[in-house]
Amino acid sequence: MQSYVEFLQTYAPRFVDGTLVTLQQAGLGTILAVVIALVMAFMKMSSFFPVRWVGIVYIEIFRGTSLLVQMYWIFFVLPLFGLTLNKFTAGFLAVGLNLGAYGAELVRGGIQSVPRGQYEAAIALNLPPFKRMRRIIFPQALLNMLPPWGNLLIELLKSTALVALISVTDLMFESKMINSTTLLSAQTFGTALIIYYLIARFILTPGMRGLEKRLSRKLSIG
Amino acid sequence: MFDWKWNFTFEILPRLLEATLKTLLAAGFGYLIALILGLAFALAQRTPFRLLTHIVREFVEFVRSTPLVLQIFFVFYVGPQFGIRLSPWTSGMIAIGLHYASYLSEVYRAGLDSVPKGQWEACIALNLSVKRTYYKIIIPQAIPTVIPGFGNYLVAIFKDTPMLSVIGVTELFHAATSIGAETYRFLEPYTLVGLIFLAISLPTAMFIRRFEDWMRASLGMKKLYAKD
Amino acid sequence: MSSEKFPLVLRGDDVPMVRFDRVTKRYGDLTVLDSLDLDVRTNEMVAIIGPSGSGKTTVLRMLMTLELIDEGVIYVDGKPLTHMGKDGQLVRARKSYLRKMRSNIGMVFQQFNLFPHMTALDNCMEAPVQSLGLSKDEARQRSVELLQMVGLEDKMNQYPARLSGGQQQRVAIARALAMRPKIMLFDEVTSALDPEVIGEVTNVIRKLNNEYNLTMLMVTHQMGFAREISDRVCFFYEGKIAEQGPPDQLFGAPQNERTEAFLSAVLAAD
Repeated sequence: MQSYVEFLQTYAPRFVDGTLVTLQQAGLGTILAVVIALVMAFMKMSSFFPVRWVGIVYIEIFRGTSLLVQMYWIFFVLPLFGLTLNKFTAGFLAVGLNLGAYGAELVRGGIQSVPRGQYEAAIALNLPPFKRMRRIIFPQALLNMLPPWGNLLIELLKSTALVALISVTDLMFESKMINSTTLLSAQTFGTALIIYYLIARFILTPGMRGLEKRLSRKLSIG
Repeated sequence: MFDWKWNFTFEILPRLLEATLKTLLAAGFGYLIALILGLAFALAQRTPFRLLTHIVREFVEFVRSTPLVLQIFFVFYVGPQFGIRLSPWTSGMIAIGLHYASYLSEVYRAGLDSVPKGQWEACIALNLSVKRTYYKIIIPQAIPTVIPGFGNYLVAIFKDTPMLSVIGVTELFHAATSIGAETYRFLEPYTLVGLIFLAISLPTAMFIRRFEDWMRASLGMKKLYAKD
Repeated sequence: MSSEKFPLVLRGDDVPMVRFDRVTKRYGDLTVLDSLDLDVRTNEMVAIIGPSGSGKTTVLRMLMTLELIDEGVIYVDGKPLTHMGKDGQLVRARKSYLRKMRSNIGMVFQQFNLFPHMTALDNCMEAPVQSLGLSKDEARQRSVELLQMVGLEDKMNQYPARLSGGQQQRVAIARALAMRPKIMLFDEVTSALDPEVIGEVTNVIRKLNNEYNLTMLMVTHQMGFAREISDRVCFFYEGKIAEQGPPDQLFGAPQNERTEAFLSAVLAAD
């Protein structure tokens, strides 16, 4: 036990550095994922066939292939098409694009779970479609989709660990480095696992629950 | 810029396809482990032993909340630290098996919880043994609820196999990165890998959806996926 | 089925407020409305009764443009509802035309369909502000008056979850009236209510009928209320009007044997 405390004291700064990068990746990835999810969900629900097709194809491709493959493709293959990204950008870009596809299905599910009667009342009141969505349907959909989004954000946090494989210096990367110098694998990877767990369990989950509570109070449903 | 070499493509294709078999094997085997362990985790949380349920619950939560790739590293490297040499394949199977067992234990739990309490009570009233209760009454009713979850995680395991490449398991992604490192050509290998994944995961996902609908229909339930 | 062309516009002195002209609606193999002809005069109150599956709710839903017409044309105030004239032919209407026509019609639903995330007052103000373009103050004034009319002025800042079924339905009526429609549709508006609050809602409808100039169509199972308040009753059976006439005649001395069978079954159940 004593040696573990010593271990932590020595390597804490590196773990902290890595965690900060992980949080940055997760934060940027989340923002991108939310944007992609909204855009693709509405595209997929469009009545205009080509638009709908783009949404469907995007979602199927990004959900049907591995994040790791996508990340490598973005980092190694896109430069051949003229688009060279640094590894940090490639990292959270892949994460955001990938999890955004899953998020799109959550958005769609949330919107479709709003009772049909709400649509009909909005039509009967002659509300224009955009206002109907923005003022009536989406607020209710938002509340419905928060719990599954909570799970998705935890998946997103876990997915950021893969950016270490394109050498982004996140928590995973740092722990690999520390492991190769100290060979204290249990302590190193164990600590990293614990940090991920703490973020997921004690920051993300309560955060989402708080958001749910605030939103449901603001919309005064239930 | 865009410089797809077709003869190179056909050169590497056999190697990639062979690696695909390894991938499928890894996914299938890992899934099998997860199915069995997952059931064990789920049942362990239903016993009256508070300590056991608590420990298993915390373990499952921990494994679900942390990255699989990190768990793979952990299993692979921790062994040697204490003198146990695990092959990449074994470490990979243990890590994936445990990780997905945690997911599947939740699916099992949801399935068992979805069976109305009255069914359990009827079994007690009819003095059925625990074994018969589960086998004949509870599990058959839990199946429709769990099939979507099982199906989704099968596809998910398949897509997570690339992570095994980091400890040297020679599956599909590993083959692609090797080819890339050997030939300095990334376009064809990585694109082909993506296409192969799509070619397997999309039909599988569609088949699972159809199977779900068939299952629900044959049990008299309404369609889960309306024509979109 | 008549093969006369559908007129682009109804002319004459006595143009009905609503006309269904050979309207047909199908769901797959099932024909829900079968070449329906129905006229409703201005300010008339028509009660629509019949067994489930007879097409009566579909009539209202098509008038509210919630369902598409397969064959035939619906005219509102002389003009086609979901069609418009183009080079002498009737074609499916553009969205802007449809929206203009739709503003003549209001509907109250069986499940109320109030917006749960808005107060009663906000529910009523929503359409005038967002659809009619009224200012918030004008909309508020109109909504408060309507909520007063239905007797819920003191509840106007409450959310629907806090209101009883009867109160919610009355808010729903006020909300529909805020659009100042010419035609009001009531789709089994008391069927989801506990018996003791049905009276609240029927009182409001009675008030509307007496004090306002509204053309009203009401699908209902409340036979007593229908008999008391309507100018005409239509009995629907299998997608067609089997019989129609003044309430006393239809309820008192039904001509059609199906009407009789239906009425005796319904009235016996009370």
